[in-house]
Amino acid sequence: MEKDVVILTGNEAIALGAHEAGVGFASAYPGTPSTEILENIARSGNIYCQWSTNEKVALEVASGASLAGRRAIVAMKHVGLNVASDPFMTLAYTGVNGGLVIISADDPGMHSSQNEQDNRYYAKMAKVPLLEPSDSQECKDFIVKAFEISEEYDTPVLLRTTTRISHSGSVVKKSKARNQETARTYSKDSMKYVMIPAFARNRHKILLEKFEKLKEFSDKTDINKIVNLKDKKSFCKIGIISSGACFQYASEAFKDYPILKLGMTNPLPFGLIEDFVSDKSLIIVVEELEPFLEEQIRASFLNCKVIGKSFLPGYGELNVEILKSLNKFIASENILEFIHEHTLKDLENKIKKFKEKNSYISGNKEKNDIKDSVKKTIPPRPPVLCAGCTHRPVFHILKKLKVMVMGDIGCYTLSVLPPLDSLDSCLCMGAGVGQALGIEKANDNYKNKVVSVIGDSTFFHSGITSLIDNVFNRGTGLVIILDNRVTAMTGHQTNPGIGSTLMGEDTHMILPEEIVKAVGVKNIRIVDPYDVDLLERTIKEELNRKELSVIICRQECALINQKQILREFYIDESVCKKCGMCIRIGCPAIGYENDKYFINQAICTSCGVCSQICPWDSIKANEENNL
Amino acid sequence: MKRITYNSPDKYKAVSDAILKETGTISVLFAGVGGQGILLATGIMARACLFEGFDVKVSEVHGMAQRGGSVVGSIRFGEKVFSPTIDFADFIIALEESEPLRYVDNLKKDSVLIYNTYRIYPTTVYGGSCNYPGNIREMLLKFTSDVFPVDAYKIARQQGKSKAMNVVLLGFFSNFLPISTDSWENAIKDIVSPTILEINLNAFKAGRNLINNF
Repeated sequence: MEKDVVILTGNEAIALGAHEAGVGFASAYPGTPSTEILENIARSGNIYCQWSTNEKVALEVASGASLAGRRAIVAMKHVGLNVASDPFMTLAYTGVNGGLVIISADDPGMHSSQNEQDNRYYAKMAKVPLLEPSDSQECKDFIVKAFEISEEYDTPVLLRTTTRISHSGSVVKKSKARNQETARTYSKDSMKYVMIPAFARNRHKILLEKFEKLKEFSDKTDINKIVNLKDKKSFCKIGIISSGACFQYASEAFKDYPILKLGMTNPLPFGLIEDFVSDKSLIIVVEELEPFLEEQIRASFLNCKVIGKSFLPGYGELNVEILKSLNKFIASENILEFIHEHTLKDLENKIKKFKEKNSYISGNKEKNDIKDSVKKTIPPRPPVLCAGCTHRPVFHILKKLKVMVMGDIGCYTLSVLPPLDSLDSCLCMGAGVGQALGIEKANDNYKNKVVSVIGDSTFFHSGITSLIDNVFNRGTGLVIILDNRVTAMTGHQTNPGIGSTLMGEDTHMILPEEIVKAVGVKNIRIVDPYDVDLLERTIKEELNRKELSVIICRQECALINQKQILREFYIDESVCKKCGMCIRIGCPAIGYENDKYFINQAICTSCGVCSQICPWDSIKANEENNL
Repeated sequence: MKRITYNSPDKYKAVSDAILKETGTISVLFAGVGGQGILLATGIMARACLFEGFDVKVSEVHGMAQRGGSVVGSIRFGEKVFSPTIDFADFIIALEESEPLRYVDNLKKDSVLIYNTYRIYPTTVYGGSCNYPGNIREMLLKFTSDVFPVDAYKIARQQGKSKAMNVVLLGFFSNFLPISTDSWENAIKDIVSPTILEINLNAFKAGRNLINNF
């Protein structure tokens, strides 16, 4: 076996691609499924890289690096591009100096996201070239290609992956790396980079001209190609068009039809598509989520009969089985003959009837009594706040106080699940702090009855501006900053409050309380959430105050706080009244079996929260200094 | 069609030979609980497949699901693999006793099911809102006759590391696959850190030898 052949996930391959493309700068804000891109770039050690405060800043910093002549890469999850969309849209006007590539890691099926928006539309809206790799090898190769396009056409390039690309491993062949030292020189060019209206009008025209040239490029590039041709002369009346992960599903399900595989999906290669569809009676467009390709193909080739979202679901992930059923439909219903004599509308009605008979196509599994009865016996195993999680006592108290809890994105979002049942809202990063103000302003009944919670990293990401809005507009609510000293959810990345950078350098530790004080909040309390009584008293006091207050709950995430365990908790059965209060804080280390409550020593972190919550003082500690 | 015929010398490996001949790709689903080492198991197996000269794809899910929830990973290998994800599995390898029940939709009549008899109670059972299922083997036998319960916990403990249950199961599973012992060992050496390499190599061998009990 060759030494330079390895198995890499899409994210690892993108990092390798950055190395091979001679990238000199990388920035990101962590977000599943994109996080490992920067972590792997950092591991290689020879590219400057940084976690930024949020995605907008990450893109702005990278565009600065590009301006200075370096090849720069920025990674984010799909909703991160919403945050970065402001610089993104205008970067299409200014163009770049050193190549600039933006990775958008979309999450169809929402494995770890609040929506499943299809970011290919961003490329179309901004008129920015879009590449969609379909496996790890292409992740690496397309990064190199993306930088060539970026510099040749003076434009940022969007590379879009999906979870199944980012987190799937496949075989990659390494190549030689390009020299990083070939940075371009910067020369002042205000008409290109200063987007005042007079200059921007001209840049918009230039953008349109660039886009026409990119259309020609899309037609001739080898990353758009026809595959699966058994032999060149063979002629098939049915053709498939697909991109990204869906290309793999299509290749497996449609073995007999040629596939137009699109590596570049904005602008589309309309010439190539025209050649492909001209001799076909039926075109099947295979794509997840939105009909991004389908709508453009339909609009450009009006005579072309297309099956796409009329058969495939517009939500969630695709899979081979759904496509096999489409294949079966085409074969069994003699569709090729049917469309000769009928309209596309007739075909769509036929599809509708077929789908009604086969409900599994719409994502509903076929009914199977034996399987259903077995599935009923399985206890759910939802993700939970870890044993010793520092957020648990906060949500236990908020539930007890029966207040509205406006949250956002982080581990603490899990507090919405039983038994904590805490959150009233989770919209986007930082949203809770603003929402709480709106609630208070709209309805006096909620005054002193609404709390917003936000993590430390999220506070830096997008909580500061909404906190200022609270101060500015005379809010009287309570904001709780859950400061567990790390960006926990995505796997423990550093943030501005930690005091160290992605590259491991020491840096100034920005404490949230300094910011809170600086923007004019008068009531600031800092509490260790493991001190449950103090925490409860503090929350009650600040909730009843007629002024805005901020409580900072500071305790290191239980997963990194591996301090030596000096005490071991147990439940004293002679005292336990079996009220079940300890179970209702939802700690995975507390169990109930054979009419007995117990503590699982293997995972207990000795945080001591349960011992303070037990109304009978039956949870006791063995002080064992010799442990 | 039942693939295991229990009379050839290579009866277990014959299963995967037959699948490769029939479909060209073997699909394996790994199921377990966050923290049990599914990523390590799929990582080792993917390399073993690569060393053996197969095309291979792995799929895993990170993020929210890792916080103590059910975790699933998949591997597909063969001459040429397209989709990294699995709809129907040829093999299901479960690291926890009740977890295979969660994936009955991915089973076919001739799927081979290997599961660890080790239990991890979910918080829903501890909390008293659900019961841990009994008769797991009987329920699984409704879907496929090739069900192999393995006490990987006991074997891993004997090797000195209960966490090595994932590698014990890989060792047992290796009897079914057209992958040489050399490729497996090289893959383990490639991935496992040197300090725990010997324990893992022994756990793999002990798991492989368990086949003699069936």
